[in-house]
Amino acid sequence: MATVAAPAETKAGRAPRKRRHVSFWTWFWLIMAALYFLVPLYSTLQFSLETSQHGYGFKWYSQIFADPMFRTSFLFSLRLAVETVIIGLVLMVPTVYWVHLRLPQLRPVMDVVSILPFVVPPVALVVGLSGVFNVMPWLLSNSQILAFIYVILALPFTYRSLDAGMRAINVKTLTEAAQSVGAPGWKTLLFVILPNIRTAMLGGAFLTLAIVMGEYTISSLLLFNTFAVYMYYIGNTEAQPAAALAIISFTLTWGAMMGLFLLSRRRGRASSPGVTAVSR
Amino acid sequence: MARLDLRGIHKEFGEVTALAELSLEVESGELVSLLGPSGCGKTTALRIVAGFEQPTRGELLVDGSDVTPVPASKRNMGMVFQAYSLFPNMTARQNVEFGLRMRKVARDKCRARAGELLELVGLATRADNYPHELSGGQQQRVALARALAIEPAILLLDEPLSALDAKVRVDLRQQIRHVQQRLGITTLYVTHDQEEALSISDRIAVMSDGKLEQVGAPAEIYRSPRSEFVANFVGLMNGFDGRVQAPDLVAVGASERPIGVVEGHGRATGDRVLVLIRPESVDLKELADGATPSDGAFEGKVAMHTFLGSVTRVNLSSDLGDLVADVPSLRALTMPPGTRVAVRVDPVGVRLLPR
Repeated sequence: MATVAAPAETKAGRAPRKRRHVSFWTWFWLIMAALYFLVPLYSTLQFSLETSQHGYGFKWYSQIFADPMFRTSFLFSLRLAVETVIIGLVLMVPTVYWVHLRLPQLRPVMDVVSILPFVVPPVALVVGLSGVFNVMPWLLSNSQILAFIYVILALPFTYRSLDAGMRAINVKTLTEAAQSVGAPGWKTLLFVILPNIRTAMLGGAFLTLAIVMGEYTISSLLLFNTFAVYMYYIGNTEAQPAAALAIISFTLTWGAMMGLFLLSRRRGRASSPGVTAVSR
Repeated sequence: MARLDLRGIHKEFGEVTALAELSLEVESGELVSLLGPSGCGKTTALRIVAGFEQPTRGELLVDGSDVTPVPASKRNMGMVFQAYSLFPNMTARQNVEFGLRMRKVARDKCRARAGELLELVGLATRADNYPHELSGGQQQRVALARALAIEPAILLLDEPLSALDAKVRVDLRQQIRHVQQRLGITTLYVTHDQEEALSISDRIAVMSDGKLEQVGAPAEIYRSPRSEFVANFVGLMNGFDGRVQAPDLVAVGASERPIGVVEGHGRATGDRVLVLIRPESVDLKELADGATPSDGAFEGKVAMHTFLGSVTRVNLSSDLGDLVADVPSLRALTMPPGTRVAVRVDPVGVRLLPR
């Protein structure tokens, strides 16, 4: 009987991987891109650590951390970010789910609406809102209003993340499969859809967090002392603490992104959202 | 086990009529296949039974109770989908347990039932695997176990094998039939594959343009199609114009070649008819040089062979016109293209339809 020889395998049981040739220009452009990002970062870091002409230390960092304004503004922005994320997700997850499930013809409309915050500049948004504040001036005395405004600002990122997440799974078939075995709508959303778009939700949440932590225009025009307003103030008054603050801000954002990366990797190992739709 | 009754189900999508007054009864424990080409309305009918679509009018009865307004989640019907539909965040066992958990069944009972069903579909050893760790066939078997876990009144299968390769399809369809018969569960099976429908069903409902063309046992559908559409969709047919000459004789084609037919076809002498002949009813015999066919046979010439394994499909030109015959492959070797043959048609394989 004829046999077909299997490809040679390594001790680990896998076929040996071909060593890919990487050209000089690939390395060149890669290094150039890395330098483009790293040089300013390194310069800022070095500047933030300089304490005298030849001395280095964490003096400016200590000064920033000791400033009660830093803590107040940071915690205020963080609270706003969390509120924005919660409001955004509570509003957008069922909406995007429903559009995917029942109103797919509305997706182009949603695409256009979701990018409106890119088209309308924050200054114009505040001017528009001033009409609302004229009628209801008490809104301005409540810092909570910022979270609702930030939901609009973060809409493109929240919507895009959720839309991409729901495109990656077959929402309709999964929903119908859950319903066929007796799951009502809200349990389907909770137990079947949400766990499978967790990475997308996290992506949207961290992008929202980054936007809220860095948003300056609206908060300064509405006279709220957010973290971005504090950064701007420090930048205008003290150069080295401003550099230290920039590094702190960068580290926090980077930490959030790494958290997302690690979470999505762990999720990837547990399961893959590959539900294949088969064309008829 | 339950009896399913579709009464005058009509469905319109805008101006398109997907189903036109469809009526069908499925007896307890019976497996009925809805068979038809793409767009004939078979999946729409199944989705209406499942509760994912509402009919424009008509009634759906389960054991005599009208379930038309009942939402899908409360119909107690298990469904296996064409697309792989396992929940990606759950293992095979968790997928099977899901419906029971929705019904608040105790955890240990859920686990035991899921174990039994995974055993039944031959996947007990893969219970803790996630869907992406299973092959397509295994995923559909888990989907079948998940649909059965809730002990549904009706099992609905929407082309569950169409995404699988040929070998797995044959194995899995036998397994589905085995499980269905063992549990005696009333089943509605949608497919566009006539071989699948013929092999798995108690009865087949052939559909075209939202209407039922014919309902019957697989052998009846195959042997006695009631329309040209059914004849051509289920298996292969040779079709010719003809005229009834006598109760047991029909004149076929432009040459009015007489062919024997079984009496009792219900057509009167002189009627114009469509004569349908199954390829396996055409017998070929090689003709020696100068010989002529005898005893009601007529002459043909082999044009082409298509090897299908145990049989070879032979295309002929003959007095009737172009004709297709299925011949055992070993015999077909003796009549290569160009061979003169005597063609004889078995009257049992001839079917007459009104013109």
